[in-house]
Amino acid sequence: MTKGQTTHGILKDPTLLVAALMADGWRVIGPKVRDQAIVYEVLDQPDDLPRGLTDSQSGGLYRLEAGQPERWFDYVVGPHSWKKWLFPARQKLWTATRLADAGFEIEVSAIDWPKTVFFGVRACEIAAMTVQDRVFDNGMFRDAAYAARRADTLIVAVQCARSAETCFCASMNTGPGVDEGYDIALTELAGISGEILVTAGSDRGRAILAPLALPSATDGQIAAGPATTAAAAASQSRAMVPDIARVLREGLDHTNWEVVADACLSCGNCTLACPTCFCSDVEDVSDLSGDHAERWRSWDSCFSTDFSYVHGGAVRRSPKSQYRQWMTHKLSTWHDQFEMSGCVGCGRCITWCPVGIDITREAGTFAAHPHPAET
Amino acid sequence: MQTHGFEEILSRHPVFAGFDGDTLSLMAGCARNEHVQAGAIVYFEGDPADRMYLIRHGDVAVEIGTPERNPIIVETLHPDDILGWSWMVPPYRHMSQARATTDLRVVSLDGACLRRKCDDNPALGYMMFKHLLPHMAQRVRALRLQVLDLYGTASS
Amino acid sequence: MTVQPASLAADPMVPRRFRVDRAWSEIDGVRSMELRPLDSGPVAFEPGQFNMLYAFGVGEIAVSLSGDAAQRDRLVHTTRAVGEVSRAITQLNEGDMVGVRGPFGTAWPIARQTGRHAVFVAGGLGLAPLRPAIYHVLANRADFAGLTLIYGARSPQDLLYADEVARWKSRFDVEIEVTVDHAAPGWTGRVGVVTTVIDRALAGVDPALVSAFLCGPEIMMRYGVMSLEAAGVGQDRIWVSLERNMKCAIGFCGHCQFGPTFVCRDGPVYRHDQIAHLINKSEV
Repeated sequence: MTKGQTTHGILKDPTLLVAALMADGWRVIGPKVRDQAIVYEVLDQPDDLPRGLTDSQSGGLYRLEAGQPERWFDYVVGPHSWKKWLFPARQKLWTATRLADAGFEIEVSAIDWPKTVFFGVRACEIAAMTVQDRVFDNGMFRDAAYAARRADTLIVAVQCARSAETCFCASMNTGPGVDEGYDIALTELAGISGEILVTAGSDRGRAILAPLALPSATDGQIAAGPATTAAAAASQSRAMVPDIARVLREGLDHTNWEVVADACLSCGNCTLACPTCFCSDVEDVSDLSGDHAERWRSWDSCFSTDFSYVHGGAVRRSPKSQYRQWMTHKLSTWHDQFEMSGCVGCGRCITWCPVGIDITREAGTFAAHPHPAET
Repeated sequence: MQTHGFEEILSRHPVFAGFDGDTLSLMAGCARNEHVQAGAIVYFEGDPADRMYLIRHGDVAVEIGTPERNPIIVETLHPDDILGWSWMVPPYRHMSQARATTDLRVVSLDGACLRRKCDDNPALGYMMFKHLLPHMAQRVRALRLQVLDLYGTASS
Repeated sequence: MTVQPASLAADPMVPRRFRVDRAWSEIDGVRSMELRPLDSGPVAFEPGQFNMLYAFGVGEIAVSLSGDAAQRDRLVHTTRAVGEVSRAITQLNEGDMVGVRGPFGTAWPIARQTGRHAVFVAGGLGLAPLRPAIYHVLANRADFAGLTLIYGARSPQDLLYADEVARWKSRFDVEIEVTVDHAAPGWTGRVGVVTTVIDRALAGVDPALVSAFLCGPEIMMRYGVMSLEAAGVGQDRIWVSLERNMKCAIGFCGHCQFGPTFVCRDGPVYRHDQIAHLINKSEV
């Protein structure tokens, strides 16, 4: 592998890269198996990286299964996303301490973020990070803690060689191939046993790969990378309908909202599993002495009734209006707010919905019958 | 002469401005001028509703009384407003009381006289319906808003 | 008037400390206070904007700025005690410290209405966010074709800033109509909802000259806009101020979304034609 260029090498065993990163002092966060699911946790040793697993996903169903024993990355996304690291589910914003003279002082919480690698980031997840980058730096205000974590995190991406039944990233143009936003990308080539194509996407990535002195990839191996993700894209059975932003903007009174609401439990699982959902609540707590107070920020969901509370009552009381808010925000008003879709096609909201509501199918219903009252 | 003056007044009133001259002169035949002193009662609750009042100068408070507390003002009426519509609705009795809050000058129209003329001349009846109903509807809509108690704090 | 945005403050999530210089009762359950800064940063604001006020250990709420924007060394807030935090805010007294984040949100575009007839329609506590804009017109009355304030409240006891409104009313170049929903005998003013007064108040006014600013319960504003439109005032000359749940005020928490907008950034002041398609939809 030559230095300085966008380079391709071949790696037989991805744990060697994990080991190299650990030896270099990086905290490596990557896939682990917990509670029969792939989750993103700190890897304690290179061997924590699972192998020989695949998954079966459909509406309301997730099952981790044995796959081809020698392959490393045949499972796709699980219940966690990297959101939980960059935008923690609960974070302390500041501490206030009462002073003797009826006043108080405020100390901002320090950002505790060692140099970190996200290992095994999928294309849809990089897209989701790009979405949240925009949310937390909205042109007027910037979430300094998020920005610091994001800037100090190295991305080792994995190109998906397989799609789950719930994946629809191809229709969202967010995957399954990773084009940008990574430092190192790994493609486990299809049909070629034990060959992982390694691509450096940044100087940071090149610097890490250099000491490994990986054997260069052949032209055939380099060409096999896109072919691998193209096959994964072709296998996707779900797709988001085009023009859904307009369909929903014009469909606030559609009768299908009632139909979805009948099934929806307003549990908020979709918002927790979604890698772009960013809504949060704040909570002010004080200790028993009353001299110390803290403000905490935690994930919230637009499916809770309190979410839209103004004095007197909540604005969105019915499950219908809550689901409508979530779906129109994700697929339509997100474009107005951030000039991009809030959906990356990862399929988590479908898999983790206890009743299997399928956002692509609902979108299809709205698009197929835009004015049901007239039919 | 007197009647002609009423036609003039009616023709300038927002509710009756669209009426033709013949209709206005028919109505003017039922009209008279009244003056009510500040604080005086124009009519009491339960009184026969025998007149409709077009306010020319001054203000009126429409009140509803209760045994255990002072009456509550539910609506105030001002120049160009119409006071009293119970003359249109059986049993032709006032369901509230009206008090002049300032010196008041009104043109009042005899309700029984108007009803008789409408019975004799359905076209006049329809004119009255077309022009009085929107005015009534506006008042009902306003009262609906009042019922909502908009400024209340539901949570406390 | 240019105001340094709060985004330039070190961290938009961290309150700055202010001292309560004065605190006084307005009407039952409603108090005002004047705040002076203890920490550095801008104090200036534009009429219609709001701050997040923090009561130590209790929490934070959005409260509109209700003082004179021309006084750039202090903040005035009027708060009604409805919840835990607002109750704590209304219990603050002279010398107490309060946390402030802001100013946030859009402003009444009052300074751009030169030559026009400013019509303010206020309901209940909605007079508080309008007051800075009214101050602006009063101070620059010659720049405006007219000033009309239509103010409605539940009862005579619920009229906010009553003495001040009476002082404004004594000016010959200001039209003020006050109305209440209910009154006991002895009240010589008007009884009836604020919307009924609009037609009458605009009777002699050229609707093409009117710029209208509404603040109050959303239903009142909806009906008020209808009355204004019926009087010939264009939707693009009507501004309303909306209220939604707010946790962060900087577009991060998602709570205040109203259609494609964030009330904390794209509001609270909206030109009506920009939200007309949403404001009559339920549960948006």
